[in-house]
Amino acid sequence: MTEANVIVIGAGHNGLACAAYLAKAGKRVTVLEAGSQVGGAAVTREFAPGFKVSACAHLSYLLDARIASELDLARHGLASARENLKTVALQRADEHLVLNGGTLEAGRVSDADRGALAEHHAKMSKYARVLGKQHNRIPPRLLGGGRSDFIGAALLGWDIRRLGRDDMREFMRIAGINIFDVVEESFESPALKAALAFDAVLGTNLSPRSNNSMLTLLHRLSGIASGTTGGVSLPAGGMGAVSDAFAKAATAAGATIRLSTPVKNIALNGDRVAGVVLANGETLSADVVVSNADPKRTLFELLGARHLETGFVHRVRHFRTKGMAAKLHLALDSLPEFSRLPAALAGERLVVAPDLVYLEHAFDAAKYGENSPHPALEISIPTVHDRTLAPPGKHVLSAVVQYAPYEEAASTDAARAQLLENTLNVLEAYAPGIRGKVVASQLFLPADLEREFRLTGGHWHHGELALDQFLMLRPVPGAAQYAMPVTGLYLCGAGAHPGGGVMGCAGKNAAQAVIKAGRA
Amino acid sequence: MSQKINNDNYDAIVVGAGHNGLTNATYLARSGLKVLLLEKNPWIGGAAVSREIEKGWTYSNCSYVCSLLRPEIFRDLELARHGLQVVPYGGGVTITSKGDILGSYADHELKRREIARHNAHDGDAYDRYSTEVMRQCKFIRPLLLRTPPDPTSLRPRDIREMIFLSKEFKKLGEQVIYDTIRFYSMSIADYLAEFFDSDLIKASLSGSGIIGTALGPYSPGTAYVLLHHYMGDVDGSIGSWGFARGGMGAVSKALASAFKSFGGETVTNADVKQVLVSGNRVTGVACANGNEYRAKIVVSNLDPKRTFTKLFDPKDLKPEFVKRAQNFKIRGSSGKLNIALDGLPEFPALGKDNPLRFGDMHFLESLAQVERAYDDWKNGTWSKEPYLDLLIPSMTDPTMTPAGKHWMSVFVQYVPPTIHGKPWTDEDRNAWKNTVLDQIARYSPNFKSLIRHVEVRTPDIIENEVGLTEGNIFQGDLSLDQMLFNRPFPGYAQYRGPTKGFYMCGSGTHPGGGVMAAPGANAAREILHDLRRPNLVPEGWRDD
Repeated sequence: MTEANVIVIGAGHNGLACAAYLAKAGKRVTVLEAGSQVGGAAVTREFAPGFKVSACAHLSYLLDARIASELDLARHGLASARENLKTVALQRADEHLVLNGGTLEAGRVSDADRGALAEHHAKMSKYARVLGKQHNRIPPRLLGGGRSDFIGAALLGWDIRRLGRDDMREFMRIAGINIFDVVEESFESPALKAALAFDAVLGTNLSPRSNNSMLTLLHRLSGIASGTTGGVSLPAGGMGAVSDAFAKAATAAGATIRLSTPVKNIALNGDRVAGVVLANGETLSADVVVSNADPKRTLFELLGARHLETGFVHRVRHFRTKGMAAKLHLALDSLPEFSRLPAALAGERLVVAPDLVYLEHAFDAAKYGENSPHPALEISIPTVHDRTLAPPGKHVLSAVVQYAPYEEAASTDAARAQLLENTLNVLEAYAPGIRGKVVASQLFLPADLEREFRLTGGHWHHGELALDQFLMLRPVPGAAQYAMPVTGLYLCGAGAHPGGGVMGCAGKNAAQAVIKAGRA
Repeated sequence: MSQKINNDNYDAIVVGAGHNGLTNATYLARSGLKVLLLEKNPWIGGAAVSREIEKGWTYSNCSYVCSLLRPEIFRDLELARHGLQVVPYGGGVTITSKGDILGSYADHELKRREIARHNAHDGDAYDRYSTEVMRQCKFIRPLLLRTPPDPTSLRPRDIREMIFLSKEFKKLGEQVIYDTIRFYSMSIADYLAEFFDSDLIKASLSGSGIIGTALGPYSPGTAYVLLHHYMGDVDGSIGSWGFARGGMGAVSKALASAFKSFGGETVTNADVKQVLVSGNRVTGVACANGNEYRAKIVVSNLDPKRTFTKLFDPKDLKPEFVKRAQNFKIRGSSGKLNIALDGLPEFPALGKDNPLRFGDMHFLESLAQVERAYDDWKNGTWSKEPYLDLLIPSMTDPTMTPAGKHWMSVFVQYVPPTIHGKPWTDEDRNAWKNTVLDQIARYSPNFKSLIRHVEVRTPDIIENEVGLTEGNIFQGDLSLDQMLFNRPFPGYAQYRGPTKGFYMCGSGTHPGGGVMAAPGANAAREILHDLRRPNLVPEGWRDD
């Protein structure tokens, strides 16, 4: 029998961050990972001989700078292959739009729209900052909490008030609505509207017209406040390099990581945790168990609903976790040639979102349980900047494909093959000849993501980010401050505040919650 | 025609004799002000009207049922004495294509048993559902007759109101506060999924979340729209709906009678074309026929978009304000057919004596059907399988048709204001009409043979007749960016316009659409406050 003060289940980047902070605070920490690699959904995998890809998350834009600095991730090997990626909104016949923050570097767009873009970017950044300021705070309880909850709520209010009267009004006007209405108010160009709208629906169960899409947009941009440097960047070595750096920080601080060590269940002693039971039967005792797994997996599979109050179980069961994004990986024997795109831009963030109706129709199919016949794509060819991911001269294409619902009928082999076909058709339309370059392909539907990365529902963020599943409501009211209703059990992944994205904040905040509870 | 400037000393001019304009004018007149109410149509009432389109038949040709009318105002203005009588109807029904029905009884137990007949688990869930929805209703009801606070302001009135609202929230308790936040942001489909398993039950309940909106049941932000269908009452029975005897015009007529009793003056056929402004103060209005009227206070019952883009000379408003008005979302998604019938249509699924025939009828199977109806609208055309809210008021109210004859009110969702961006043609209207009639005929074989007249009301027709932009029944979308302190625009959510002396009193202000009379009353409260006159407008009652 081995003894550990804290057990962290899952070596996703949040679990590793949590372990690092707890170890630095003097706890004895063991991280148990079922898979053979650390990283969870932030991993680099060899998906075809010689070809590596960020197998789930593929772009970094939310890594918390303070956490990166406190854990000295750079010293532990984290570097960027390329920073400040531009966004290229590919067009079928027209000039491609090239967006760099609030500036349009290329594309046929009116002067009015150029001005509107600068304004929009500045406004969104300002409002995203309000969200970003909450990242490192434990969500305050709105009632029934203590002094720190009161202060947390006051700080949130103050962050909004500090915007100034006009911005405060505008923030409260648009934070809860949809990107379609927001872009329709300010822009003329259909291509520009769609390029901006796509950011608000990536990774969500939303279309541009869906309310909540403004929230996801602001969340996506909120790295600004946490000091995320480098805009949208490509970690050298793929997303796995981020997780590897977190892992090194954790072990440097004294934590132990055990790979290929699946946990069967969390053990209880009365109404408090006693430790875990591994799949191989081994028991490990602990005072505290922190789970990096998603809330449903943690509470229903690892713990068991019978240990929880019925109303709470009901709430967790209704925490929306159905994924809607698929992931495509292509091993290519040469660089794809996108029509009318200078080769220098091939390594930027490329999106296929030609207009708002296209996005809306792609979403409509998925509403009824079908994969989009004409999907929207976020494409990255990291090998343009990072030669470690493929043999010389060869390339890897990684794409988020929307929308692919987590439904049985959409997850059959035939459905997967059809979506692959439809996606290749889209790619071929923008990069003629790309089909001929494909050496190997891999398409993960949400059902596949669920299996591969142990994500309930195949949702990368462990659960939808929506106003009713946000901040002090995430994952469910009563369990939104990292501590679960079972004493000594905590959640530290994207299913807790601040939600998804490779950030590290949930891990750090959970560690703070554990440390605070220990002191109480 | 020679310009006639009326130099009578009016204290206030109210533009638009919709029910909110009437309410507003009545309170001002009751305060002792000399009030002039101007209406462009030959008749008053806005969208709360009874019209004889086919000789001998009276239609409530826009709004058709009553529930949201604030009881505080009903009593305070003695509308019963002025002739208003609302008769509750007991329930409704959803009929499926397979001939099964889901009855929605007014009696809780009956309704529960009926739901359980379809799905035992859902029967149990219904108790929980109705308790939670009722809790939301009881929370919101007292807040309808209150002026929203300005959360950016440090004025004592606003701070007091914020404190009041915080206290109201606190009373809910922590868990219900979170439930309330969730309720206000979720889609009705997700909200219902937290209670019910049966698709039919969810579909039938989802209608209340989408009526009058530019959203589908899967769209976040539809759950709280439910409240507009549950937070009313008839004689204190919360959630009940009823028929105003004589049609919805009876509401407006009663208000008009009250207005007159306080010395108010109404002029019809007076189409106000411009609000006159001098040095950032209103001075009166000018009508299409050349007449002008002077007053230091002008109140608009028109929707905010129409008010500020049509009634004002742009040079009298700041450009940012004009832009806001242009961006105000007031999207048309509803249409109506009013049908004169030679007899009572039979619905075989219901049988001849089923009391549910007296209530609202819907023909549905699934949530997907309602969502697809929304998709058609999104794609720029009318729903091929529309959502209908169908009633035969004459079964309850004998005053609207000749004996033995009937009229049917068919409210239709979704109907776009244009077809693929182009104006409705007569062919379009005919095709749309037939889509609706065909759906009804599938459930009532003798229906078409009884039709003697159909009034076809597409959004553009409603707009032209009533003055409601795009025929939006709420005078502005009920989305979070246009609610409470955002309605109609942030910074202008307390009934005051940007120009001194100018006010707004229609449903485009808090608490939004439905025949409530609350916006009109709340606006009157603000006007009386600004005039330093005693407040006459009642505060919202509490139910518990």
